[in-house]
Amino acid sequence: MHGQNNGLLTEYFCKIYHNTMLITEVASKIEGRVVCCENKAAGEVEYAFSSDLMSDVLKVERENVLLITGLANLQVIRTSEMSDINCIVIARNKKLNSEIIKLATENGIVLIESPYSVFRISGELYKAGIKPLF
Amino acid sequence: MQYRYKIAGGDFSNAGAVASSVKKTLRQLNIDHRLSKRIVIALYEGEVNVVAHAYSGIIDIDIDHERIKIRITDKGPGIVDIAKAMEEGYSTASTQVREMGFGAGMGLSNMKKNSDSMQITSEPGIGTVVELTTYLNGNEG
Ligand SMILES: Nc1ncnc2c1ncn2[C@@H]1O[C@H](COP(=O)(O)OP(=O)(O)OP(=O)(O)O)[C@@H](O)[C@H]1O
Ligand SMILES: [Mg+2]
Repeated sequence: MHGQNNGLLTEYFCKIYHNTMLITEVASKIEGRVVCCENKAAGEVEYAFSSDLMSDVLKVERENVLLITGLANLQVIRTSEMSDINCIVIARNKKLNSEIIKLATENGIVLIESPYSVFRISGELYKAGIKPLF
Repeated sequence: MQYRYKIAGGDFSNAGAVASSVKKTLRQLNIDHRLSKRIVIALYEGEVNVVAHAYSGIIDIDIDHERIKIRITDKGPGIVDIAKAMEEGYSTASTQVREMGFGAGMGLSNMKKNSDSMQITSEPGIGTVVELTTYLNGNEG
């Protein structure tokens, strides 16, 4: 029950009891790199949503939703803050400037960079059991 | 309680700063989370509209036990046909604004949905005033 085992156990409990996935596990499935708020990467994700449209993101009512997007700008972070989204995957390794990372950090939002496209990230995570919002 | 904020048209790096600040205030006042999310989303859409479509604006927030009133007053081109602007999908957003993920023409209808009452008055060539009221149903500050 120590060290690595503990992590595996948490992962197991997430799957069996909550049907959720750890953010760290999400990252590993999409060759993702956690850019900020690593301390929150032990959080759980149950639902995901792919969008490049801010007005769509503002309609997300559920908590603990993961946003997959091709946009890398401040507005994505602000909009996610309003919608209580706590984890964003940025597709195709778009450049994240320091302003973006700072705002995400201030708001406790985990940012993950992935080299995959929105399509592939969505496919991998759907296959792994993350639920769609709509 | 009353708060006043100034916003600059075109300043996308600060767009949402007012909504963010009000979100924190509502949390401190222990306003129900779902209710505060509605208020903040309506405000955010209104704030972004000033940044995207107008030249400058002032946001006045007035909170008491019963309700929150938000008044967004801007100097800008105004809205000639308000009914049309309210239609989902209608947008005059620039390419630059669209590239940032806005311009779906959903903001005004989203503001209406997320407030108890919304009033828009506008003078073309002068500016627009949007007033939003939401009742706090006993969740006083
Ligand atoms: N403050 C304003 N000043 C001038 N025109 C406005 C203002 N707010 C809205 N409009 C006009 O009304 C239209 C619809 O606004 P709405 O917020 O619904 O959509 P949008 O801002 O274009 O896109 P979205 O909000 O979905 O990102 C705008 O495109 C613009 O023409
Ligand atoms: Mg808008």
